[in-house]
Amino acid sequence: MQLSGAQILWECLVRLGVDTVFGYPGGAILPAYDALLDYPIRHVLVRHEQGAAHMADGYARASGRVGVVIATSGPGATNLVTGLANALMDSIPMVAITGQVGSRLLGTDAFQEVDVTGVTLPVTKHNYLVTRAEDIAPVLREAFAVARQGRPGPVLVDITKDAQQAKTELDWEGAEPTRHLRCSLPAFTEEQVTAALDLIRGAARPLILAGHGIELSGAKEQVLAFAARTRTPMATTLLGIGAVPAQHPLNLGMMGMHGEAWVNQAIQEADLLLAFGMRFDDRVTGTLATYAQHAKKIHIDIDPAELGKNVPVDLGVAGDLRAFLDKLLPELDFHDHREWLGRIEALKGAAAVRDIQSMPDEGRLFAAHVIHDLWRLTEGTAIVVTDVGQHQMWEAQYYHHEEPRSLITSGGLGTMGFALPAALGAKIARPDKEVWVVAGDGGFQMTMPELMTLVQEGLKVNIAIINNGYLGMVRQWQEFFYERRYSSTPILSPDFVKLAAAFGIEGLSVSTREAAVRAIETARACEGPFLIDFRVEQEDTVFPMVPAGAALDAMIRRPIPATPSVLAETGADI
Amino acid sequence: MAHILVATTDDEPGVLNRVTSLVRRRAFNIHSLTVGPAETSGTSRMTMVVESDETGARRVAAHLEKLLNVLRVEILSERPSVVRYLALLRVSAPATTRGQVLLVGQAFRAQVVDVAEDSVVLECSGSAEKISALADALRPYGLMELSRTGALAMARGTLPTVVPLKRPEVDYPPLAMSV
Ligand SMILES: Cc1cc2nc3c(=O)[nH]c(=O)nc-3n(C[C@H](O)[C@H](O)[C@H](O)COP(=O)(O)OP(=O)(O)OC[C@H]3O[C@@H](n4cnc5c(N)ncnc54)[C@H](O)[C@@H]3O)c2cc1C
Ligand SMILES: Cc1ncc(C[n+]2csc(CCOP(=O)(O)OP(=O)(O)O)c2C)c(N)n1
Ligand SMILES: [Mg+2]
Repeated sequence: MQLSGAQILWECLVRLGVDTVFGYPGGAILPAYDALLDYPIRHVLVRHEQGAAHMADGYARASGRVGVVIATSGPGATNLVTGLANALMDSIPMVAITGQVGSRLLGTDAFQEVDVTGVTLPVTKHNYLVTRAEDIAPVLREAFAVARQGRPGPVLVDITKDAQQAKTELDWEGAEPTRHLRCSLPAFTEEQVTAALDLIRGAARPLILAGHGIELSGAKEQVLAFAARTRTPMATTLLGIGAVPAQHPLNLGMMGMHGEAWVNQAIQEADLLLAFGMRFDDRVTGTLATYAQHAKKIHIDIDPAELGKNVPVDLGVAGDLRAFLDKLLPELDFHDHREWLGRIEALKGAAAVRDIQSMPDEGRLFAAHVIHDLWRLTEGTAIVVTDVGQHQMWEAQYYHHEEPRSLITSGGLGTMGFALPAALGAKIARPDKEVWVVAGDGGFQMTMPELMTLVQEGLKVNIAIINNGYLGMVRQWQEFFYERRYSSTPILSPDFVKLAAAFGIEGLSVSTREAAVRAIETARACEGPFLIDFRVEQEDTVFPMVPAGAALDAMIRRPIPATPSVLAETGADI
Repeated sequence: MAHILVATTDDEPGVLNRVTSLVRRRAFNIHSLTVGPAETSGTSRMTMVVESDETGARRVAAHLEKLLNVLRVEILSERPSVVRYLALLRVSAPATTRGQVLLVGQAFRAQVVDVAEDSVVLECSGSAEKISALADALRPYGLMELSRTGALAMARGTLPTVVPLKRPEVDYPPLAMSV
């Protein structure tokens, strides 16, 4: 039977298992939107295409499935760029479909023509321009394979209007992808397994650096078995949070710029680092010149280009983490590393006295307390989707995630405006889960029109705005490194509760800890979406902090007791 | 130091752009680039000279290998290889100096490929240094045009193992959850 290119598009998506797409219509994608009505696919109409991209991203992060976005040519497609870059940085499988002007008009500056494959080249894993209906099925099948295989990432398929309109036969079997296997991986070798075992055997102070790759590989059980068998402590990256349970006795917490002092200190003292699916981002290492100088390093990553990219390693293994650990586990000897674990315990105890959770609020509302209460009241079981800034770091520090895919956050690109749309996507992927947005007053204003999408889709998502009246994270840098010259960081906000009301969303504004707790309870009990405007301390600081370019253990620590003054010292004397 | 990378790629529109865009994005500088069809139809061979240290060259190669359109990458500067450049040079050659120009050309084993009333075109192949030296030697006579290619390169000796164009299918670990 002859189908139009547009029908083939949806037929393929259905066969590929897609049940939801996030998008926005327009001229060049009209044939596809027309055909959509006849297929069993939920279309979420967004308010801005960037929102669609983040929704697909949130959907993918929450479920592990490929997120799908659809947009029109020109401005529709260019609005996707930030979302694609965000997904590429954090290795998120996504397929974006864009309409393009008719093939005969290509290159003529036709109405709403943009060189979309050119513009998105550096922000996609691969992209395609499709000008013939016959190519739609093979390209889509390959696009999905590329998006999720090896190191996942976003793929864009730009389809001309005439290709959507032309009729042809759908040859599903003939469209089976083969070429994508090229971007697959050489398997690791026996020698690498032996070399890893030797390094592990020789280590007295080993440490696992648990990254996002654990989640992507589905290697949680293997990593936990490794840690338990060898009594090796684990530190997570921001994106590794949840990959291993926060409560696990060997999980030390987050490393890096805003990681716990004892974690960074342990990295600096370790004699073996086992990097499991993490890429030594500069927020993780501090200055490379002094990074973990006593440690041998084993790096396991599915992307060979990551091995030795930032940090020279003693053993680089290109391969799937889970497969490698499966080979390693039966050969591992038992260790107890009593001395090393004792040393870390001592570092931890000394730092705990500075924890803001042990400090009285004295009638003030601290963001860290809000996050702690949110964690307590949701019993750590919610999916929390954060925006970017101070609130993001407090979330990472004080919401303890026990499950993979329960913290959704923009790590590598640090995209403000990510939280609300990503949370919509997450809720659609996991309707069974309680979903909370944790956003700053700045970032929330970047994508807040998606509140209406939330309402139109009838989704129950709770929103916590950590309202400090500042672009807080930037203000913090100005405070430390620019003599408190607050250039363009004080930011006004609308009355968020009234704003929510205009969208038909209930809300509360709170400024004390008691009211905050009650508001969280009210939000959870409310059937529909609920927004809470937490009026928190305005000039609060995220501690500890490794200044950009400093050594990992040269942290700015929280003063004891908390005073507004800043106490800089090295981690060496805790 | 300069490294020579040879990429075998699909011969499709846009592939050259993908390759150069990637090298630029990773902040490496391309000295020269030569592209032409490879031994298998439907594939191209791109010979690239990149300024970088050894780790850098490996990194570029690893990044290039991730491109879907790239079939394989060899770093030729790591093994004995033949490297050649080609140049065409138009030199002013009125009767008074023509003889000297041709003598200089002969000394460099350059061929005369075109003769006009007051100029000749020489063709020369060899190392980059040889071609630069020829150009310098001809300059006093009036070097009117110079057109040089980038490097072409090939490993010496027998290929260690025939690297398959398509990597063998590996067993994929099933995805944690997949569509
Ligand atoms: C304001 C702000 C502050 C930040 N502060 C910190 C901080 O203090 N600490 C911190 O850790 N981060 C911080 N980040 C985040 C940081 O920028 C990086 O995004 C993060 O460190 C990356 O974590 P990752 O390497 O685990 O994940 P990714 O960047 O997603 O890398 C995952 C790696 O796993 C590999 N992989 C994928 N699949 C597999 C598989 N199947 N097998 C093996 N390997 C696989 C990938 O190839 C990749 O190399 C901050 C971000 C922001 C915006
Ligand atoms: C799109 C975008 N623009 C700018 C930045 C730089 N930036 C990082 S954090 C931040 C401040 C965020 O302020 P807010 O959303 O209020 O969160 P807070 O830090 O106050 O918790 C800014 C401007 C960014 N990350 N993303
Ligand atoms: Mg703020």
